[in-house]
Amino acid sequence: MTLHPILAALRKHKAGVVLIALQIALTLAIVCNAVFIIGQRVERVNRPTGLDESDLFLVSQQWVGAPSGDDPAGAEKLDVMQQEDLAALRNLPDVASVSPTNSIPLLNSSWTGSLSLKPGDKLAKGNPRTAYYFTDEQVFKTLGLRLVAGRAFTAADVQHSNDPRDRPVVIITQALADRFFPGESAVGKVIYSDGSSAPSTVIGVVARLQIPSAGGFGSDFVWNSTLVPVRLDGSYARYAVRAKPGRLDAAMREVTPALYKVNPMRVLDDDSIKSFTDIRARAYRADVGMAVLMGVICLILLCVTAAGIVGLTSFWVGQRHRQIGVRRALGARKIDILHYFQIENLLIAGIGVVVGVLLAVGLNLWLMTHYEMTRIPVAYVVTGVLAMLAIGQAAVFVPARRASNVSPVSATRAA
Amino acid sequence: MFAYYLELAIRSLKRSPGLTVLMVLAIGFGVAASMTTWSVFRAVSGDPIPWKSSKLFVPQIDSWGPNGRGADGEPPNAMDYNDAMNLMRDHRARLQSAMYQISPSVVPSDASKHPLNIGGHAVFSEFFPMLDVPFLYGSGWSAADDAHRAAVVVISSKLNQKLFGGADSVGRTVNVEGKDYRVVGVLNDWNPQPRYFDVVNSGGFSTGIEDIFLPFTRAIAVDMTNNGNTNCNAVPAESGFVGLQHSNCVWIAYMAELDDAAAVTAYRQYLDGYAREQQQSGRFNWPPNNRLRDVPAWLDSQHVVPSDTRVSLLVAIGLLLACLVNTAGLLLAKFLRRSGEIGVRRALGAPRQAIYAQFLIEAGMVGLAGGVLGLLLTGVGVASVSWVLPRDIAALARLDVPLLLLTLLVAVVSTTLAGLYPTFRASRVQPAWQLKSN
Repeated sequence: MTLHPILAALRKHKAGVVLIALQIALTLAIVCNAVFIIGQRVERVNRPTGLDESDLFLVSQQWVGAPSGDDPAGAEKLDVMQQEDLAALRNLPDVASVSPTNSIPLLNSSWTGSLSLKPGDKLAKGNPRTAYYFTDEQVFKTLGLRLVAGRAFTAADVQHSNDPRDRPVVIITQALADRFFPGESAVGKVIYSDGSSAPSTVIGVVARLQIPSAGGFGSDFVWNSTLVPVRLDGSYARYAVRAKPGRLDAAMREVTPALYKVNPMRVLDDDSIKSFTDIRARAYRADVGMAVLMGVICLILLCVTAAGIVGLTSFWVGQRHRQIGVRRALGARKIDILHYFQIENLLIAGIGVVVGVLLAVGLNLWLMTHYEMTRIPVAYVVTGVLAMLAIGQAAVFVPARRASNVSPVSATRAA
Repeated sequence: MFAYYLELAIRSLKRSPGLTVLMVLAIGFGVAASMTTWSVFRAVSGDPIPWKSSKLFVPQIDSWGPNGRGADGEPPNAMDYNDAMNLMRDHRARLQSAMYQISPSVVPSDASKHPLNIGGHAVFSEFFPMLDVPFLYGSGWSAADDAHRAAVVVISSKLNQKLFGGADSVGRTVNVEGKDYRVVGVLNDWNPQPRYFDVVNSGGFSTGIEDIFLPFTRAIAVDMTNNGNTNCNAVPAESGFVGLQHSNCVWIAYMAELDDAAAVTAYRQYLDGYAREQQQSGRFNWPPNNRLRDVPAWLDSQHVVPSDTRVSLLVAIGLLLACLVNTAGLLLAKFLRRSGEIGVRRALGAPRQAIYAQFLIEAGMVGLAGGVLGLLLTGVGVASVSWVLPRDIAALARLDVPLLLLTLLVAVVSTTLAGLYPTFRASRVQPAWQLKSN
């Protein structure tokens, strides 16, 4: 079959062709970018934190009328209060392990600083940023972290302070170890934190541990976590708790009465005890929402475009009823008529996707300059193009089939 | 004539129900997606204090110097204690207040109840008149209370309900962090969104209510720590809350009321003069790099409208556009199919205008039907944003009469516009040719 008759026919329907091609182009541009956004969000939400997230929950509480941690006597008192809480929680029947911590991945409350290989380095550009977890020796068991080199903290490493500036021993993530000591073991090496001149010896390396910030603020140091063996003295304290397997709900219920029993002068409300599942859901709610919204828009758009192709092709089939009859009468087979409409659609969709690719890339570039967006990978665009062509072919099939069923005898009838 | 064309349009739409349904669905979904995302965008980009936002200014002082600036040369978006106190002492605006976020515990007088945690701000007395904060009972405190670090509080009506059963509690005491404070005022419902007076700590929007306000000077005196963000470009030399006050870490929000252009210019000069003074005294070794923005400009500079909201709106408008192109194509097919009918009308003397009127009314009918469907779908959409968007933002999106009217209007106007080209083509039909070929 030659293209000539198809082109000649299309020239008679310029406006219709332009409108369908434009619709396909717009659809391709929007769907490519929307699916790219979905892909990015899904990737973000699915990255593992490095924790064993099941059976894990966090208790955040505040003492009322607590002494100030700024003076030594107050700090001692606060540490005693915290240790009493820890002992009470560790004694609960459904609790496997407890660690004090200033934060936990995805909580969006972080203590950040920077690390360097030189003492007294300013927090200037160039030094990697890090988020600190101030915790104790049970943290590996509680959070389910995986140690890949060196040793974990021991009880002897753990200090308490309201403003820990000297950090004699730390454990860093593999990401930080690779940054500072590429190709060699970080264990036993010395780093300096927050421009301090007091050395911190790396005693262990943890495979993976995300920082607390899930948003854009921490996006350039997501895996740069540093564990410091210090119980923080303050009127506010957080405890990460691992329940015994399958006993999460029971353990969460036991916490409030147990802590009030230790000391009733404290704030514990509905928000104080959160399962890690909830923390994760809250952190990624906006991402999941955006992905769902983009998904819904893509679905509507593809349906509208497919239906539009069906509608317009049906109209053309109706319009050319007689010509089709003539062609059939002159010897064209059914399959020839079917192919005619399929190729016609392929041509229109072809024009549409060429324009659409330009629009898609343009939209992506525009989004990159105005919003936090990266360049769209070619794979997304190619998949989009193939999908659009396939949808066009699928949509045109029904009216084209109807056209191929036009009887040759209709050539002899008036229109 | 209008009624006649209306009847013609309905008859024509009935003749090809499939095509009609297709167009109505496309318009309905396109309009609903745009209006749903618009309702969210409208909610987050609104002016929280429209009658006064152009008179309220946020000063920024470059206390960090060139190394602490962002890529765009912006100074820090909050103040350190030193600068905030100097600006308060100089008192160059008509009204002004430094503020920081607090989260103290309150112990109910009923011993059977457990302590509760509440959020609020430590502010100066001028905060209340400056932001036109509405009071249910009492009022704010006085400048003398600021100076004397008085133990006074202003509480929200919600906290008043919780602690005093909603009675006029002015003069009664509240136990905050173990110390007694006298209630001087109870707020009427006041929950501005975005939290324009402290964008840095709220990120713009907040589901929480500001439950408590107490004098800044008092909060500092009793070591009530900052519950908001603290940003440092160097580790404070001293530890604790007092160390924070002596450091150049930024954690204090500031707002000033400047009533006219002259006052704004004078304040700008004052800020630059202040920075030069600090430069001369050796505290800053860089020239002044201050900012003074009114509330709308400030909200814009802090990117209060989430970029997700903008991108969603953009994509939804793209969807509407694609739906309109789709409708234009279908209308074109539909109108040209009736070339014979048009030819007859034209041959019988109908002017082109009549053809225009007839077909644009038909397009408008499709738009109206799409708009009605769009109304329903927008309702569904706005109801389900709470399921997909973060709570603090989703709570702001609501369905109201202007939104509903806008939905209908957008549907009808855009569909009529989409019908313009097909109508133009229909009006160009040559009567003689149509009559001959039939």
